[in-house]
Amino acid sequence: MTATMRPTPSACPACAAAPAAEALAELEAPKEARIALSVPAVHCAACISTVESALAKAPGVQSARVNLTLKRVQIEADPDIMPDDLIKVLERVGYEAHELDAGALSATQTDKTGRDLLMRLAVAGFASMNVMLLSVSVWAGAADATRDMFHWISAAITLPTIAFSGVPFFKSAWGALKHHRLNMDVPIVLAIVLALVTSLWETSLSGHHAYFDAALTLTFFLLAGRYLDYRTRAIARSAAEELAALEVPRAIVIRNREEKQVPVAEVVVGDMVLVRPGGRMPVDGEIVEGMSEIDRSLLTGETVPVLAEPGKGVSAGEVNLTGPLVVRATAVGKDTSLHRMADLVAIAESGRSRYTSLADKAAKLYAPGVHILSALSFVGWWLYTWDVRTALNIAAAVLIITCPCALGLAVPAVTTAASGRLFRKGMLIKHATALERLAQVDTVVFDKTGTLTAGTPELTNLGDHAARDLEIALALAEGSSHPLSQSLTRAARDAGVTPAKVADIAEVPGYGTEGVWNGQRVRLGRAAWVGAQSTDTTAAWLSVSGEAPRAFTFTDRLREGSEQAVKALLDAGKDVILISGDATRAVEDLAKRLGIQHWMAEALPADKAARIAHLSQQGKHVLMVGDGLNDTAALAAADVSISPASALDAARVASDIVLLGGDLSPIADALDTAKSATRRIRENFQIATLYNVIAVPIAVIGLATPLVAALAMSASSITVSLNALRLR
Amino acid sequence: MEVLAYLIPISIVMGGVGLLAFVYTVKSNQYDDPDGNSQRILSNEWDDHPKP
Repeated sequence: MTATMRPTPSACPACAAAPAAEALAELEAPKEARIALSVPAVHCAACISTVESALAKAPGVQSARVNLTLKRVQIEADPDIMPDDLIKVLERVGYEAHELDAGALSATQTDKTGRDLLMRLAVAGFASMNVMLLSVSVWAGAADATRDMFHWISAAITLPTIAFSGVPFFKSAWGALKHHRLNMDVPIVLAIVLALVTSLWETSLSGHHAYFDAALTLTFFLLAGRYLDYRTRAIARSAAEELAALEVPRAIVIRNREEKQVPVAEVVVGDMVLVRPGGRMPVDGEIVEGMSEIDRSLLTGETVPVLAEPGKGVSAGEVNLTGPLVVRATAVGKDTSLHRMADLVAIAESGRSRYTSLADKAAKLYAPGVHILSALSFVGWWLYTWDVRTALNIAAAVLIITCPCALGLAVPAVTTAASGRLFRKGMLIKHATALERLAQVDTVVFDKTGTLTAGTPELTNLGDHAARDLEIALALAEGSSHPLSQSLTRAARDAGVTPAKVADIAEVPGYGTEGVWNGQRVRLGRAAWVGAQSTDTTAAWLSVSGEAPRAFTFTDRLREGSEQAVKALLDAGKDVILISGDATRAVEDLAKRLGIQHWMAEALPADKAARIAHLSQQGKHVLMVGDGLNDTAALAAADVSISPASALDAARVASDIVLLGGDLSPIADALDTAKSATRRIRENFQIATLYNVIAVPIAVIGLATPLVAALAMSASSITVSLNALRLR
Repeated sequence: MEVLAYLIPISIVMGGVGLLAFVYTVKSNQYDDPDGNSQRILSNEWDDHPKP
């Protein structure tokens, strides 16, 4: 019944996002820009007015409107306003924000499928009200000509309504039959069609019982279930997919000594590609010019930047930190290591495909059962009475009574309630069966860099240094955009340090910053450059000529809520494992700090996926939490996966659940919610079965009337929905 | 029984009016932000003019 909707992991995330963005850039009239931001923390009336008034006060903004359901804000602004400026405005008033891809957004705003379903639902609803009015009069005792007239009017309303509202079921049932399969929609369609045929027949013979109202209410309840199901996933899908891709769709190529911007797809092997500081490598290649440092954390999980100099190889996806680099492309497009990483995802046996949802399991048992039961009662009554009309009436009654109104609502009602609850805590459920799979989890695997840690360095030994050293270091650090320098600047400024007067500050790409202080040469940078012994902790060294160099050590800052999340998971008796591509020392430190017993360092992407496959083979149900490209294969291989909103596009596509905020602590709650959701789904199936156990014998022995059918159907649907609401 | 001749058309027309009203609300995006609408009534910022 629930068709599995699996987002195809696009081979290269940038390729998928680029055409839409380009198309938009061409279409966009230069009059005003529409910017959409995801603001995961808004939740109340006060938040709405804070966000809207802060944005309205920002220069160049014409209007801003918060959509609380989607946790999103729509801004109309002057064309020169960049989303980054507005993100800063929101950060100042205390709201974390992410940019949404406006191209993808305009596609989902006119949500055609949703409206279509809603319209069919509405038509079925209003028609069933009218028909029910007539049916109640019949049940109340209308007889003879009046009854026949009421039946004919009902038929006149019902037939066109079913023809319009039933289309989703007809399509899905036909699709299943074409492939020689049975799904939940086949018995539904059979019940609706059989009910209409027998009712028309009965009406034409002035019979007593017509099931027009039953056919309509059945359609109405099932469409309601389908709409809920669709809505839950549409909200998640739109928000998850529109977070703008981080990858560069363009590269700067040097041809004939001229710099030219070209789409990445047009770069060929042998091209000279210029990568500016802060830019991401678009291709695999070899450095031919320039000195810099590169950050490989998204690819490998290493936190310490690596020195880049001519002759060294670089991989697509790495970030250039300090100086401009010219790279000769050695592999482009599908041959880059970034793409090979994406291929690993395709190879990894997906945890999702191994899982059969509860609804599918129920459908497998249910669909053949109902058909056999209905056919048996037809044959039985026909042999008993030799009257096709009676036999057909009873067979239709059996089908209608058993029809999975409650079954159709059992799953979507619960997932809607549970997803809504998790969404309020900042989690997006992207996949339909993610909650069921989450409920089974007994082992949680975390990535380190960017997941448990924020991926930004933090100064650890500010207090160890003399005020004079701090002042010099601050002055030098302010002259660089290197992450360590920026972190040092922030820490020193927060401690109230004022920069010393250092003249001639110059950044030496790949090494550090130097300047002249009181006539002496001062340097802040790599250990080897300032003449110190390098250690395996992340450090920047300060040297004042004639004195021993001093180290400023850094540690990767813990992500908010990661301590609570790990503790809650350990308390709940789950196995927590840390797998990282970073150096052993850094991984061990973090594992100790968080109390994680099992850890694995210097893991290659394939190692991660293999480890998870190994755990699954042992019968464990694994939840993978990761953000980098090196995690994507592992995310796909795990039974269920979570990635933070800051993760790379490819990682978000591969995961079932996206954490909208920076906080990890909702993970433990999510496991609890998933467990109770699965319990409710099972209860709902039990309720539905119980109704059938009572109602089916009544139908089989021929005592079912349209009134009984209507009562049974409504009562079971309402009980199931109320049971689901207990979850909120 | 001739009362039925009025009542049935009236009931059907009323159903139709309800359906048309619903179609209008869908078309004018009134179901885009149900959570936000329920919170906005608590704010007194837009008491005089509804926000577009």
